[in-house]
Amino acid sequence: MIEFLDGNEAIVKGAIDAGCKFFAGYPITPATPILLGMMQELPKVGGFAIQAEDEIASIGFCIGASMAGKKVMTATSGPGISLYSENIGLAIMGETPLVIVDVQRQGPATGSATKDGQGDIQFIRWSTSGGYPIIAISPTTVEECYTFTIYAFNLAEIFRTPVFLVSSKELSMTRQRIDWSKVEKPEIIDRKYLPENASEYKPYYFENIDDVPLFSPFGGKHIVRYTTSTHDEYGNLLTMPEKIQIMMEHLDKKISEEKIKKYFPHIVRFDKQDDAETLVISYGITARGAIEAVELARSQGLKVSHLIINLLWPVPESEIKKAIEGIKTIIFPEMNNGQYVLEIERIVDKSKVKIVRINQMDTRLINPRKILDEILKNNEG
Amino acid sequence: MAIVKNAVYMKEVELPFCPGCGHSQILPQLDKAMAKLNLDPRKTVLVTDIGCVGLSDQYFNVNAFHGLHGRSITYACGLKMANPELTVIVLMGDGGLGIGGTHFINAARRNIDITVIIFNNFNFGMTGGEHSVTTPFGGKTATTYLGNIEYPLDACSLVQAVNGGFAARTTIFDRNLADIIAEAIAFKGFSVVDVWEYCTAYYVPRNELNKDKMMKLLETYGFKTGIVHKVERKEFIESYREVYLNQPSKQTKQVSLETEFENNLTQKTGIIIAGAAGQKVKSSATVFGSSAILSGLYATQKDDYPITIMTGHSVSEIILDKKEINYTGIESPDYLIIIAPEGLAKVKRIIQNMNETSTIMIDDNLVSLLPETRAKIEIFPFRKTANTIDRFSITILSLATFLARTNLFPIEALKKAVMLTQKKAIAEVNLKAIDAGVRLVEEGTYVK
Ligand code: SF4
Repeated sequence: MIEFLDGNEAIVKGAIDAGCKFFAGYPITPATPILLGMMQELPKVGGFAIQAEDEIASIGFCIGASMAGKKVMTATSGPGISLYSENIGLAIMGETPLVIVDVQRQGPATGSATKDGQGDIQFIRWSTSGGYPIIAISPTTVEECYTFTIYAFNLAEIFRTPVFLVSSKELSMTRQRIDWSKVEKPEIIDRKYLPENASEYKPYYFENIDDVPLFSPFGGKHIVRYTTSTHDEYGNLLTMPEKIQIMMEHLDKKISEEKIKKYFPHIVRFDKQDDAETLVISYGITARGAIEAVELARSQGLKVSHLIINLLWPVPESEIKKAIEGIKTIIFPEMNNGQYVLEIERIVDKSKVKIVRINQMDTRLINPRKILDEILKNNEG
Repeated sequence: MAIVKNAVYMKEVELPFCPGCGHSQILPQLDKAMAKLNLDPRKTVLVTDIGCVGLSDQYFNVNAFHGLHGRSITYACGLKMANPELTVIVLMGDGGLGIGGTHFINAARRNIDITVIIFNNFNFGMTGGEHSVTTPFGGKTATTYLGNIEYPLDACSLVQAVNGGFAARTTIFDRNLADIIAEAIAFKGFSVVDVWEYCTAYYVPRNELNKDKMMKLLETYGFKTGIVHKVERKEFIESYREVYLNQPSKQTKQVSLETEFENNLTQKTGIIIAGAAGQKVKSSATVFGSSAILSGLYATQKDDYPITIMTGHSVSEIILDKKEINYTGIESPDYLIIIAPEGLAKVKRIIQNMNETSTIMIDDNLVSLLPETRAKIEIFPFRKTANTIDRFSITILSLATFLARTNLFPIEALKKAVMLTQKKAIAEVNLKAIDAGVRLVEEGTYVK
């Protein structure tokens, strides 16, 4: 099957194939086509799709439906994430599987509503109070919009946490030839349930601090307690400092690069060239221009490696460290004011590695020539 | 003090509320109502909002969902939509009613089958007695210390205003509170019980509130008690099932764009088509992209149009290549097709930057509007010709002309894409337009 599809259409297909049964959203450019697509497709598989009264209700509906046992998704753009914020915290605290698609656009507030940007990258990591981790994965092609949506569901189910699928206008709304025979379809993984015959259910019980509690749905065989408050294994309010510390460490430790790698084998795409001292790092739609820039540089005889980051959060630090071995210059194009580069600056020894930022916020894609120019400039002499 | 005896769903432990707090009186009535309906604890969810009332759920042996302030109704709706078998009861204060007002209104408007019990004590207890949306005019609270200058909200009238299912108002002094709560829960559709009660820590002492004064307030505002509003109308989830889940399955054409035709493309080629709303620019560009794929090419397409889609420009960018297309920007197109003044205005800067190797194909009426450019210019009577068929067909017609001029891939591929992807009536018009577009080249009706 060969089709001419855009990223939003692929995300809808991915969600349906992942077993999504509930979607709630509110119209916002450039994520609206996902809402429309889910309203079309979910009834066909016996699912429920609804346009909510606002973004707060969208994510609230999703959290309720998820805890009743459905695989759920919502989709929005940056301003919508602002309204999701408090409930993202609830989903973290209550350990709720939830897929959030962020189709980014440019700028704060209404910004350039119909134009591309990558300015939500730090925002999605720190979008709620408390500072606890979420997972964010970032496709670069329409095929990956499909595949990574399925991975996003898997990760949400396994880790019982909000998972962001980070797209942007140009990726979500540009059609591309897609040959389904060549598209990876990951195995579908469901959340781990408490056996129905278990006599007692402790909704937030974990043995090891990084374990994910077993799930039992509202309306299932067990009485369930869900709570927004700091809680013990029964879901009752905690006031003992020692226990609070353990609970918070649990939320922090249950998500890690190492653990995610087992279920999401594409945390980075590393195109290594032996002896290269220049490394381009990119993610999302910007990676596509970077691929061309690296090709152009190599065709001119330069040695350049390219690291595409697909797992944005948590930061795949060990993969990044591997990629920067022997590297003297890192070039990092982003369609924002320099956001993910902060993570790279945190990881590398800046006395040994020069980091060149390319920050374009004019709504246009970063031209490969612009990246090539920086590669050339930094390879002179 | 307040240990509930002979409860069915409640635990026999001391409740945490202040002495005399109305919450301790309402909860046993809720227990009675639940017992009257013989609810299955595993199929029952108490969704609690924030505030003192938010402490209630842990005293019941049923499912509990304690969420964010004001959003309890959204979780309740989510639970119910996901599992309509559940009995979902929201317990919230007048604070939650205020901050979550839109959810209250919309749940009522949808008539979704949940029950909301408002523990209405005219102020925020948990945070220190601030005023709420139900604080009476003149009422003294921490934030209205000289008297409230706002008027109170009538939750029952709100339900009525949006034609929600069921609304009742009671006070803690009413003996039939349990019966009314039971009726609300049993009601198939949205239901609310607005229960007026005491916050003995704040509102009661500050306002010397007593039973008489509460009755007087009801009278002053003309707030009715008992079952204020009840209409039988279809419940939301049932409607969804009937209309959406049971919709007749449409046979959607699954079309695969397998390679069927040859192509003559030699390099990555950028094409921009600049038209106006109503010229089917986007859909024609998709057909064109599909035809390129039928010819074994890779293609991308993106569109630009104003938010007000029925007016103004409509511009589509298409890139063709023999291999995977990574970068999808076009700084300077190889070909620019201009069919409307709106589109021309939008691409003016692009026109100025085009070089000698690129080509502009433009409608003969628009030539005078062209800015200075180094691109080659070819002029065609696109509009005039399209108008003889259907004025909407101008885009596909001009793309056929483009294809006939460049011979990047066969016209047959374009026709095939039209037939594969479009409904019969539209396809017929477009096939005619394609023939007409090709004739413009064959007949040499263009100026270089
Ligand atoms: S503060 Fe008011 S509402 Fe809260 S428990 Fe005390 S009396 Fe009841």
